[in-house]
Amino acid sequence: MSLVDLAAVSFAYGRGRSVLDGVDLRIEAGRNLGIVGESGSGKTTILRLMLGLARPTAGRIAFRGEPLDPGNRPFMRGFRRAVQAVFQDPYSSLDPRQKVADIIAEPLRSLKVETDVDAAVAGALASVDLPPDTAGRYPHEFSGGQRQRIAIARAIVSRPDLVLADEVVSALDLTTRIRIVDLLKTLSEKTTLVLVSHDIGFVALLCHDLVILEKGRIVEQGPARDILSAPRHPYTRRLLASTPRLADFA
Amino acid sequence: MGDLLTIDDLSIRHAGRPLVSGVSLSVTAGERLGLIGESGSGKSLTALAAIGLLPEGMTASGSVRLAGREVIGAADRDVVGLRGTAVATIFQEPLTALDPLMRIGDQIAEVARRRARRDGRSLSRAGVAAEVTALMARVALPDPARLSRAYPHEMSGGQRQRAAIAMALACRPRLLIADEPTTALDVTTQAEVLKLLETLVREENMGLLFISHDLPVVGAAVDRVVVLRAGEMVEEGTVAEVFGRPRHPYTIGLVEAARAFDRAIGAAL
Repeated sequence: MSLVDLAAVSFAYGRGRSVLDGVDLRIEAGRNLGIVGESGSGKTTILRLMLGLARPTAGRIAFRGEPLDPGNRPFMRGFRRAVQAVFQDPYSSLDPRQKVADIIAEPLRSLKVETDVDAAVAGALASVDLPPDTAGRYPHEFSGGQRQRIAIARAIVSRPDLVLADEVVSALDLTTRIRIVDLLKTLSEKTTLVLVSHDIGFVALLCHDLVILEKGRIVEQGPARDILSAPRHPYTRRLLASTPRLADFA
Repeated sequence: MGDLLTIDDLSIRHAGRPLVSGVSLSVTAGERLGLIGESGSGKSLTALAAIGLLPEGMTASGSVRLAGREVIGAADRDVVGLRGTAVATIFQEPLTALDPLMRIGDQIAEVARRRARRDGRSLSRAGVAAEVTALMARVALPDPARLSRAYPHEMSGGQRQRAAIAMALACRPRLLIADEPTTALDVTTQAEVLKLLETLVREENMGLLFISHDLPVVGAAVDRVVVLRAGEMVEEGTVAEVFGRPRHPYTIGLVEAARAFDRAIGAAL
């Protein structure tokens, strides 16, 4: 069974223009999905809809075959445990007043997960290659890459089936990006990833399938290898042609 | 022709701590130089030192000569005169470089008028309008008559950066410093802005100092690069040399990381 299904999903703010228009996509367990698009393509809106932070104006979203209904509290409790998110800016997504241990343990507390919290936090820190003493420190003591590791530790502490990541490496340096890619690759052995990014190179490193979005519509979707080697839609071709590569200069 | 910018043994310190140490580089007319480095490498500080705009509390030593005039230790009024004539700068986020309360045409016009005053020319209202239209056309901003009446928030990111470039061009600088000018832009817009910069620098025979952490972007913009790490130069050479046969372990790491992204999207496409 698929993890998440979007069927003919549209979204608009108020009576405004559609931000998303008739989006159909399916997330299968074990197949990482990359959603690629530029500003205004609607990629972050898809993520918000998948997290239940907004409701579609039309169409249906289902998680494990059940309708995603933010009003259904018992369902949402299980959903929140199974679906976690990591956001772009590691400087604004961590509460500066809380110690790292409390930040990482927050999903366990809010979801009332019965577990040894300290052990779970230590396990999550180890998974993202941060030393145990990280737990007692504050976010401002860490670099951007380390903060993003903390955000990832928070996302995986409840052992979710699906992690949604919105431009998680955009704010990071190139060498830090590669280390986060390696980390996400290891994590994706246990959880499915949905990566939303404007950076097709980053997404291609980690995803089995791609969805290419332009102005709220899916213009192309399928296995990453097929799309990268033989893009069919003119927009996908333009996106690939515009992406600078080192090989062009060396 | 002499160097537009010559930096010789530049060091920058803050509270006794070295931030940049012993950086030397030069840019001549028509030359495009890239300054590569990650966060904290000192690339933006080097650029700020070049235009005499280091933040309060930082001290620079060594020599920075802009159009043959020493910047380090110079009185502010002397350096102000160089900004806009010898050099213009564009930054990463055009929104912070533009006045949110002023129509874009008026912002470009202000620079054009100031430049004319400095040259001892008088520009009529019609002359200013014509220059604004010409500059907007030069940076390929569509429909200048309409867009010149727009406020920055009514424009796309790419249009704002083009407007910032138009303002830089209105100064008619000999040297253009571009600090991560495409980092905030979409990839298709980035490609257009890089092409625009390349054309402008070539046609106006300006010098370009292009600062970025993104190796392929730098490769698309310049001929020669200097690699900075923790405030020190670790490598320099042509783009083909440094990206093709990097020698310093730090550069090798950067090139390998960039190649991993290349491979993922299929470098042969």
